[in-house]
Amino acid sequence: MQLEQQTLLDMLYYMKLAREVETRIECKLFRQGKIVGGVYTGRGQEAISVASSIQLEEKDCICPSHRDMGAYIIRGLTVRKILAQYMGRKTGVTGGKDANMHMGDLRHNIIAFISMLADTVPVATGIAIAYKMRRQRNVVLCYFGDGATSRGDWHEGLNLAAVRKVPVIFICNNNQYAYSTPLEKQMPIRDVSIRAKAYNMPGISVDGNDVMAVYEATREAIKLARNGGGPSLIECKTFRMSGHAAHDDARYVSKELFQKWEKKDPILRLETSLIGDKFVTKKEVQQMDTRITQEVDEAVNLAENDPFPDPEETLLGVFSDRSAEAPLSFAESFFSSNRWR
Amino acid sequence: MSTVTYVEAIRDGLREEMLRDQNVFVLGEDVGVYGGAFKVTEGFLSEFGEQRVVDTPLSESAIVGAAIGAALMGMKPVAEMQFADFISCAFDQITNFAAKCRYRWGAGVPLVIRGPSGGGIHGGPFHSQNPEMYFVHTPGLKIVAPSTAYDAKGLIKSAIRDEDPVLYFEHKFLYRRIKEELPTKEYLVPIGSADIKRSGKDISVITYGAMVHNALEAAEVLAQDGIDLEVVDLRTLVPLDKEKVLQSVKKTNKAILLHEDVRTGGFAGELAAIIAEEAFEYLDGPLMRITAPDTPVPFSPPLEKFFLPKTSDVIRVARYLAAY
Repeated sequence: MQLEQQTLLDMLYYMKLAREVETRIECKLFRQGKIVGGVYTGRGQEAISVASSIQLEEKDCICPSHRDMGAYIIRGLTVRKILAQYMGRKTGVTGGKDANMHMGDLRHNIIAFISMLADTVPVATGIAIAYKMRRQRNVVLCYFGDGATSRGDWHEGLNLAAVRKVPVIFICNNNQYAYSTPLEKQMPIRDVSIRAKAYNMPGISVDGNDVMAVYEATREAIKLARNGGGPSLIECKTFRMSGHAAHDDARYVSKELFQKWEKKDPILRLETSLIGDKFVTKKEVQQMDTRITQEVDEAVNLAENDPFPDPEETLLGVFSDRSAEAPLSFAESFFSSNRWR
Repeated sequence: MSTVTYVEAIRDGLREEMLRDQNVFVLGEDVGVYGGAFKVTEGFLSEFGEQRVVDTPLSESAIVGAAIGAALMGMKPVAEMQFADFISCAFDQITNFAAKCRYRWGAGVPLVIRGPSGGGIHGGPFHSQNPEMYFVHTPGLKIVAPSTAYDAKGLIKSAIRDEDPVLYFEHKFLYRRIKEELPTKEYLVPIGSADIKRSGKDISVITYGAMVHNALEAAEVLAQDGIDLEVVDLRTLVPLDKEKVLQSVKKTNKAILLHEDVRTGGFAGELAAIIAEEAFEYLDGPLMRITAPDTPVPFSPPLEKFFLPKTSDVIRVARYLAAY
């Protein structure tokens, strides 16, 4: 498969941008105490969300997970908004209501996942059911990790999608660890993709650190889905080049494994091959890096100066109508309009 | 005017909404070919087709999850739990996904989940439960429980039009046991509005669902003794019509809190707390709960009969309160 130069450069850019944003979050803002709470990154796994979501049309939809920074950016969230989200600011994607990667925005057809992994699998199926009912030629990309495939919701969601033959592509980021639990304790099989057999849908395992392989597999699955051929499962084999989250030093993973996978870094691989094929010069790559650093610098500055939400906003937004909003308790409203202490 | 049963009222309301709005569709186990275990969606498949009447696999979590996904795309799904008891299988999707979407990221999830609930039909521990309180405790869900055919029809229509997730607990004991004349003209019953099913001056019985009928029966008996019950049918648990509850208690000065659900953590406790906080000085007697005991719903007819709150319980407690 021969991809256009611009697409390849775009993928390189988005992978690099995603990594820079996450590095800034984890290694700087989190350690400086400017970001509190959980911090999850997709370091070393950037090819998966970038090479797949870059192929979507405007009205397609993504259900990303916590290692898919590239997909959020490609679908239209600004770096500033993402950083503000991490810092709990009013300007963040959820206005401070939810944390880190729990980002959703229907204007960009991004569905916010929840911490109960695999819950978005039936939800993605429902979105695809809606597409089919309306005869829309759109597709859903649903992302999750290897651990999520152990949950019942995952199986229920794939089964329903297959029975209804709806346009959803299930993309597994198999980074070989679910928190500290290695794959062999998670499932009695080597390839997540063989689970597709049980649901009579195409299942394929690809090198998740090879953008071209992910791109190609996703392209085929999207084509099938758009033409009414139903769902597919794509397993992208990769490795989590970090702990589960920023607090986790991953001491349960051997150094050798990290070293082995470092050589397979998806960004390095694409960069090397693009330079080798003379699609881009070293200097141009350096310019791209500089541009990304500046872009993230600017976004950090803006986000850091963004306001926090008003404490009273805690009470707003539970329901569509204000009359049904969460009231203060009688004692609280009796003593003061503010919370009494 | 035409006479319809409670189950027909739900069906008619659902059907009217499906005719009104192309985005409304139903999904669930056996809702299509079979017309639903209780025949709520009977005839829908031939009328609306396979895309809008979706027979699903036996997957409550996927039923609700798929309904959420469709709702996020602007559809108006009505998901059926074959029995309300089975809603526990979809607990996570309801409480963590549907309920929190709007608060977390401003995404409305306008779905309805219908659940045939309640006992009295010898269904045993897994076909008789009243699971509403698991969901009352979760901010972001609206919860309705109609007691009459009129309310059942008006509330299913309002639930479908609502912008938030609504759990619609229909009482299966009432399906074919009650009927009434309903207006032929379209009407709605607003969510969040209680209804005084009987006006009285001595004691307020605050209740919902099938127990409304026990309260009304008790009121007839007690009227002969000169005890005048007011029956407040909550109709909606969330958002609660606190004003009507407090107005009634401030008028009668005594209250019985009645429900079929088990006692501990039941809605009666919440009502008691609200009344104690906001109408304490109006009370002329203790707040009295009448509920099922804290046990699973037993199967054998004498056990089930013992388990369910009865009209005679209301009469006994009302007499005690009247004399207090």
